[in-house]
Amino acid sequence: MTNRPDTNLDPRKAVGTTGHDWDGIEELNTPLPRWWLWTFYATILWALAYWVVYPAIPLATSFTKGMFGWTSREQVVQDLDGLKTLRGPMTAKIEAASLQDIAKTPELLSFARAQGAAAFAVNCSPCHGAGAQGFKGYPNLNDDDWLWGGSLDAIHTTLQHGIRWDADKDTRASMMPAFGRDGILKPNEISAVADYVRTLSALPVEKDADLKLGQKVFTENCAACHGEKGEGIQDVGAPKLNDKVWLYGPEKVTIMERITLGGGGQMPAWSQRLDSPTIKSLAVYVHTLGGGQ
Amino acid sequence: MALALLSAAFALGALIVAAKAYTPEYAFHAYIFAAAGVAGVFAVVNRYYNREAETPQLIEGKPNYNFGPIKFATLAAVFWGVAGFTVGLVIALQLAYPFLNFDLPWTSFGRLRPLHTSAVIFAFGGNVLLATSFYVVQRTCQARLAGDLSPWFVVLGYNLFIVIAGTGYLLGITEGKEYAEPEWYADLWLTIVWVVYLLVFLTTLWKRKEPHIYVANWFYLAFIVTIAVLHLGNNATIPVSIFSPKSYIVWSGVQDAMIQWWYGHNAVGFFLTAGFLAIMYYFIPKRADKPVYSYRLSIIHFWALIFMYIWAGPHHLHYTALPDWAQTLGMTFSIMLWMPSWGGMINGLMTLSGAWDKLRTDPVLRMMVVSVAFYGMSTFEGPMMSIKAVNSLSHYTDWTIGHVHSGALGWVGYVSFGAIYCLVPWLWKKKELYSLKLVNWHFWLSTIGIVFYITSMWVAGIMQGLMWRAYTALGFLEYSFIETTEALHPMYVIRALGGALFVLGALVMVYNIYMTIRSPRTALMGSQASLAPGE
Repeated sequence: MTNRPDTNLDPRKAVGTTGHDWDGIEELNTPLPRWWLWTFYATILWALAYWVVYPAIPLATSFTKGMFGWTSREQVVQDLDGLKTLRGPMTAKIEAASLQDIAKTPELLSFARAQGAAAFAVNCSPCHGAGAQGFKGYPNLNDDDWLWGGSLDAIHTTLQHGIRWDADKDTRASMMPAFGRDGILKPNEISAVADYVRTLSALPVEKDADLKLGQKVFTENCAACHGEKGEGIQDVGAPKLNDKVWLYGPEKVTIMERITLGGGGQMPAWSQRLDSPTIKSLAVYVHTLGGGQ
Repeated sequence: MALALLSAAFALGALIVAAKAYTPEYAFHAYIFAAAGVAGVFAVVNRYYNREAETPQLIEGKPNYNFGPIKFATLAAVFWGVAGFTVGLVIALQLAYPFLNFDLPWTSFGRLRPLHTSAVIFAFGGNVLLATSFYVVQRTCQARLAGDLSPWFVVLGYNLFIVIAGTGYLLGITEGKEYAEPEWYADLWLTIVWVVYLLVFLTTLWKRKEPHIYVANWFYLAFIVTIAVLHLGNNATIPVSIFSPKSYIVWSGVQDAMIQWWYGHNAVGFFLTAGFLAIMYYFIPKRADKPVYSYRLSIIHFWALIFMYIWAGPHHLHYTALPDWAQTLGMTFSIMLWMPSWGGMINGLMTLSGAWDKLRTDPVLRMMVVSVAFYGMSTFEGPMMSIKAVNSLSHYTDWTIGHVHSGALGWVGYVSFGAIYCLVPWLWKKKELYSLKLVNWHFWLSTIGIVFYITSMWVAGIMQGLMWRAYTALGFLEYSFIETTEALHPMYVIRALGGALFVLGALVMVYNIYMTIRSPRTALMGSQASLAPGE
């Protein structure tokens, strides 16, 4: 193909045709290109050799195993063993140490942070965000406002047993009643208490807001869990209402929606899915994100 | 008359199913079938009363070719092509900008993606194959197409299948098997159409005036027969009820996966390769006005190709539950397939010996030759990607998408465009195309589009594969899945740009074809008579 075609040479005369034409199309009788044929033979020989070395031919109830008995399942086991060997010594130390010791020992801390970051990216970031910044209904993990506690042990417990995760009997379970849907409060009471909640963090309210009624409703229905001044109670996962950090949002309509529907978010119990050193590393990692207590 | 009665009975049956259907989507399909049945009655009766004494097989000593169904299939191919390319562009944009899913079930990626693949492979590619096979078999056998109604039934019935399949995807009716998504009733309809197609093709071969069967017809026959076998094997489903669109496959577990990819890979091998090689074997020598390079090579590579291809399916299931021995066979047969595939490329390219200068002046020929070059490239890339070590990097990444599109846009697309550009003036008895300059524009727009597409997908795929397998020194994954998708975004934008250029090129083709058909310049001696010294 690299040679310039010799237009004087009629290929019909050089190699001859099959002596037939279809609708004006003739076929030359060119022999098979040598390089093509030899490459074809080479691929066939290579395939035959491969069949000898690797499992290849199905038999009645089994198959030929190849020269070295290679199997892809064995390969996976070896790869996983390789990883275990690589992580093994440090993982054993993580498993043996307490959370506090891990946080204090630089060598353990850097390993736990690496393991925690990898596990967080795969398991946690879909809800909490790649930077742990959170989304509406999914808490930000970088700040020091904690729903269920920001100590190493509290984070560890949350990770292990999840939140409102029925499959784990030790899960963090308390839940806000659906004050509106279940008819506990009347619409005007919900509106009033929503205005009152806004005043706890010094947000402006409408002029005709009935703050007196709001305060009364709050004291009777909300203070038990959220505290008299809305300071929040971590034992029952009741959010702080007197700061500017909002799980769902500060707008009155959003607050009314939460009071009407109640409930709360869910988080899986990770002890059912991840091994113990990974969960410990995750707890340490989240603790170091900025808000750890 | 019996045909009209049969059609009426079919319409009635479809109406009953429509009335009792479990879901409105299924009822909609039954109504379409009923309408088609009624239309069939009118068409058959109308034709019966307007029939001539008997269609002459010869006019003035030359075969009286039947071009009507071919014209229809050619225009259908152009229509479905533009539709399918456009949906492809939409889903490419959805991957780059997910809000374009619009949160509606009908416009979600999951439903549009099979719409795209089926529209380009089966609607566009299928109609090109119907049109060219009916054309080539007549010309190279010097015989009129067998049957009078049956070629029309094949072409219209096939397009009815396309409508049922396509609307089904949008409405959420699917078997969930890649490239075989249509449900049982669409499959049954296609089976009937396909058997008639095979019979028309075989009967036309049977009554040929030539002593031998031309190589293009071997490839067409291999395509028709094998697709029938694949279709039946992979769609062996049992419907829940005649009033339900849902059916369940008889194969289970890894056997189902194996059958699915035996089907899937050979849909590539026999639909997109054998069928389009047939197009190459007729249209390139015809357009270049040169003899085919090697008859011997065509025999050897034909038999090697069809023998090897059927084994290669397991390479889609490397490192899965499929037994190791099956993976080995799939991979080694893919490697052995390399030279048989290249046999077609050599025959296509070397046919231009002594006519390479025509590439400068004839953009239609250039399109077909570049298509053969893309064929050579993707049939090298394919065996390479089937090697398990390479596959462990490339599998599940966008590299696969890039590979498919270098074959689909470059090979299948270009050889089809070339064939359409040849066919339209021949069928509508025009002297030439409206504008070769516009063909040139189509060529360059889509070539740049293809280059954008495949290079961005190579980069995206290899990057994605490397990110997935990257470990830190401590033995943890370096990247999360979300980080890989963020890294892919620029590549997805470039890919969509390439797709947009390809669509633009196709629109230029539509205009050119429209103007060609409308042009008053008719050929003096009937279609391409001056090009056919053998007659």
